[in-house]
Amino acid sequence: MKLAVASGKGGTGKTTVSVSLAITMAQRKRVAFLDCDVEEPNGHLMLNPVLQHKEMVAVLVPEIDEQKCDSCGYCAEICAFHALAVLPGNTLVFPEMCHACGGCWNFCPKQAITPVDNYIGVVEEGRAEKVRFVHGRLNVGVAMSPPLIRAVKAKAKNDELTIIDVPPGTSCPAVKSVEGVDFCILVTEPTPFGLHDLDLAVQVLHQLKIPCGVVINRSDGLDLTVEEYCGRCKIPVLQKIPLDREVAEGYAAGIPAVLVKKEWGELFSELMDKVEEVVSS
Amino acid sequence: MKELVVISGKGGTGKTSLVASFSVLAGEKIMADCDVDASNLHLLFNSSVIRQIPFYGLKKARISEELCVKCGDCEDYCHFGAIDNSFVDGLSCEGCGVCKLACRAGAIEMVEHIAGQIEFSDTEYGPMVHARLGVAEDNSGKLVAEVRKMARQIAEDKNYELIITDGPPGIGCQVISCLSNADLVLVVTEPSRTGIHDMERVLSLVEHFDGRAAVCINKWDISASNTGEIEDICYSKNIPVVGKIPYDMTVYNALKNGIPYIRKKDSPASTATLGIWDSLLKML
Ligand code: SF4
Ligand code: SF4
Ligand code: SF4
Ligand code: SF4
Repeated sequence: MKLAVASGKGGTGKTTVSVSLAITMAQRKRVAFLDCDVEEPNGHLMLNPVLQHKEMVAVLVPEIDEQKCDSCGYCAEICAFHALAVLPGNTLVFPEMCHACGGCWNFCPKQAITPVDNYIGVVEEGRAEKVRFVHGRLNVGVAMSPPLIRAVKAKAKNDELTIIDVPPGTSCPAVKSVEGVDFCILVTEPTPFGLHDLDLAVQVLHQLKIPCGVVINRSDGLDLTVEEYCGRCKIPVLQKIPLDREVAEGYAAGIPAVLVKKEWGELFSELMDKVEEVVSS
Repeated sequence: MKELVVISGKGGTGKTSLVASFSVLAGEKIMADCDVDASNLHLLFNSSVIRQIPFYGLKKARISEELCVKCGDCEDYCHFGAIDNSFVDGLSCEGCGVCKLACRAGAIEMVEHIAGQIEFSDTEYGPMVHARLGVAEDNSGKLVAEVRKMARQIAEDKNYELIITDGPPGIGCQVISCLSNADLVLVVTEPSRTGIHDMERVLSLVEHFDGRAAVCINKWDISASNTGEIEDICYSKNIPVVGKIPYDMTVYNALKNGIPYIRKKDSPASTATLGIWDSLLKML
């Protein structure tokens, strides 16, 4: 099963949930943890994996053969992403704008353009005790994360429980990360920000037709507005995780919640049971 | 005119609560909420939307059934797997227009596509520009640029001296789009392993784009040792730490009640925030 853990906004404790769930479930079955938050990967800081394997990820960008190019300007005209500028005698490429659509190299009338690799980041793989660990790190200054996210997701295997840590937000990186999962856990907190952003995330998942459920983090027991919302939208509340200063301090030091509080293992087992129940129904 | 951009790398560092408090303290200014995925700033103000304009994203491909001869060329050329059996999947189409160039039957047209809304609001602390990116939309960097452009325009019209920009999370296209021409970038961090890690990434991004940065540490007393480490990092990079805000339940309670915490005067967090604001004004 492929399971995504997401949150509309950052800082709701999404990584706390995904990491603790991975550690708990690894006692029972094979688990892979895929950190798709390639802009700010954090899972490794909690899981401390031994990284054994590293792979550079590239996207294609155009390279211009000055000998063949006659500065006709056609490539710049057709590039929808303004990644090319043609000056007399010099055609410039802005790789950070390029979406690798292939328009320029397929349609340059002089066949002066060839695609070459442009490295945007790395995928690293390893083990954190029983958990198989994969994450991506986007090079600083690179705007385009989806190809790297795709490379991280390509490391999923079918015979494992795959837990995907999804980047915050509702735009392309989040969408690319949740696409194709069987279920998505949405982590929220009982504040107006939390509820507002939960609603946005739910809309995205509805649009993608991915079933979801909610985990209320830092619950102080008074989460009525979130529960009302879930009731209205017919989304199951899967688990509530209490507000706990010890856990917050553990987090600051890079220690996962289930290792700070062993008894929380139960909380995450229950969470997984509920997810399985919802998925199978 | 000066623009202060507030970013944090990771979410949940209290950035928006801090921006809201700055907005209470600042005199004449305009606010720009550039977290176009999930704009939150308005939730802390009494705000009402006075005007909305559509944000056009890249056009999307549409195939005319009448003209299409089902040759499959477009599908071969589309690098995004957005065409299947002469049908365009709007969610996957990135609007590159390559299929249109490839189609010899002239069956493909690129059509306008509204990707979001830019909203102008009035609040008790002044005008605000924010945006709502359509669900599952691409091109958020461009929308961020639009929001900033609109804010700048209003500031010019009204002769305001200051723009306060609440930036998006991450280090990707949205944040990059927030950094150009910013006069000062305030990075809000917290003393956790993840907070330090993300701060370092976001600071190198600011450096990469030749920006001027300052750092403030929220909930600094959660871990005094991590706070020390942050101060050392900043010192070695020659980046000023303009203040430290203590862990204070006032902030969480104010957030729950939907108000900027600075309005609870004399709380430890408010006092620290006043000091930070003074330093920022001096730097600007
Ligand atoms: S389309 Fe080809 S020949 Fe024309 S400017 Fe571009 S690279 Fe040069
Ligand atoms: S591959 Fe596409 S996006 Fe990149 S430069 Fe060429 S036309 Fe532009
Ligand atoms: S416009 Fe580009 S992405 Fe969209 S369908 Fe055509 S080739 Fe594919
Ligand atoms: S290239 Fe044109 S004619 Fe051929 S399948 Fe695509 S739309 Fe139809």
